[in-house]
Amino acid sequence: MEKTVNQRAWILVLPVVLLVAFSSVIPMMTVVNYSFQDSFRGNDFFWVGLEWYSELLRSERLWDALGRQLLFSFIILLIEIPLGILIALSMPKKGWLASLCLVLIALPLLIPYNVVGTIWQIFGRSDIGLLGRVLIDLGFSYNYAQNAFDAWATVIAMDVWHWTSLVALLSYAGLRSIPSAYYQAAKIDQASRWSVFRYIELPKLRGVLIIAVLLRFMDSFMIYTEPFVLTGGGPGNATTFLSIDLVKMALGQFDLGPAAAFSLMYFLVILLISYVFYTVMISIDKDETKQ
Amino acid sequence: MSAQPSSRKRMPRIRWSAIVMIAYLLFLLVPIYWLVVMSFKSNSEILNAFTLFPDEFTFQNYETILTDPSWYMGYVNSFIYVALNTVISLAVALPAAYAFSRYRFYGDNHLFFWLLTNRMAPPAVFALPFFQLYSSVSLFDTHIAVALAHCLFNVPLAVWILEGFMRGIPREIDETAFMDGYGFTRFFTRIFIPMIAPGIGVTAFFCFMFSWVELLLSRTLTSVDAKPITAIMTRTVSASGLDWGVLAAAGVLTIIPGAIVIYFVRSYIAKGFALGRV
Repeated sequence: MEKTVNQRAWILVLPVVLLVAFSSVIPMMTVVNYSFQDSFRGNDFFWVGLEWYSELLRSERLWDALGRQLLFSFIILLIEIPLGILIALSMPKKGWLASLCLVLIALPLLIPYNVVGTIWQIFGRSDIGLLGRVLIDLGFSYNYAQNAFDAWATVIAMDVWHWTSLVALLSYAGLRSIPSAYYQAAKIDQASRWSVFRYIELPKLRGVLIIAVLLRFMDSFMIYTEPFVLTGGGPGNATTFLSIDLVKMALGQFDLGPAAAFSLMYFLVILLISYVFYTVMISIDKDETKQ
Repeated sequence: MSAQPSSRKRMPRIRWSAIVMIAYLLFLLVPIYWLVVMSFKSNSEILNAFTLFPDEFTFQNYETILTDPSWYMGYVNSFIYVALNTVISLAVALPAAYAFSRYRFYGDNHLFFWLLTNRMAPPAVFALPFFQLYSSVSLFDTHIAVALAHCLFNVPLAVWILEGFMRGIPREIDETAFMDGYGFTRFFTRIFIPMIAPGIGVTAFFCFMFSWVELLLSRTLTSVDAKPITAIMTRTVSASGLDWGVLAAAGVLTIIPGAIVIYFVRSYIAKGFALGRV
């Protein structure tokens, strides 16, 4: 379907542009402004140029947090995308059982982030938590508050618990849109379960999977509340991801300049990776319209 | 499903998918079960005895929350700004999504990407500037401030989802309506919006979801009058030490609205996603 050129369409997008400009451009300019200045107790600003940027680029704190963040997002995608597809393939096809599964699966998505953290705190603690107590009774020395590995495992389990459902729901929707003629043709060809997945389902899921990867990457890259409630970034700095570090700097220590420079670089990294995703999405969209 | 030379082959696969499904549901529900159970226990039982089911079933924790305005007003505040945010997001996103789905105009792709970048912006980046911005226009600690702040990520998302739905509606419908003498506004409100009702439902669901679950911005922008329940929970935890029972009860009460919303959109969840950009 070819779109017509119509410049008056700008009138229709104007409200969105104004609203988003108000809530993003103005604050962003404040951030840019702060990133070039130093301040004493939030007043008395003076110009420091690129000093914060060069200081941050040399500080191990930022690179460590970035490394942890990339590793975290990578592990999350590696677990949640295949698991989500598997869940979607295992869903009952119709009837009340399908509705029940949908409702139960969607449930974690609507739990406030800090309640997710609380749930896992209550569940994982070695004194009152079901998981913690069971693991200790089985002979593991599990304590997510003191052992860095346990903390990572718990944060990852929590994120898988929280967000795999999103991937599963998107994939489920994608699977539902495959015409049954495809499956019948595969049956006639006596295709194996694997080749049905590989040559029919997976290509048809491409569109939703790109959305799923994009959403999961972005959201895991800016994760804040859940690990903050669960581990507070600890033990030590083991689970201090970028957002936690940034909030510590901006609202905790009120270091406006470095926090602002940090914010901008953080944002640029996300922007860069997302731009790559977006370009890929557009080109895939074009491929599909050609077909 | 035709009969049945393949039925012997099919049996193991069906059983496998049931096992995967049951295992996943258990994984999802056991932590929630633990939260619910804990909300019915007294604090001494939580700390001193390890029981899978409450020995002394108590509603004390819920009573504490439902009789204390500083607790239950948190739920009211959350509902107010979530509703405001959903309405604002839909109102501005609907015409914009229509423009993106129907027309080419100067800078459209750049604009679309710029909108999406706001969905990608970490709320942590915006916490401090938002605090200063809304304080300077004296909107700090109001529901509208939180609602507007959440528009930052909900409006781009709403445009994105709605655009996907609108693309699925053939252009011929617009053209026929215009030829029949409908003006744009009348066509949009009378014909077009009813046609994409499922899309609007799904979008509202996502706006509700992301506004309801967000903590960082809503906590930063409020102090007393508009303080959301999620922020009240964090404060109470740090102030009163470890009142696990009340904390668990407050958590359960935040899950219930979500569960109700899901119940209402359950038939849209699958169909709705599929109608969109799939």
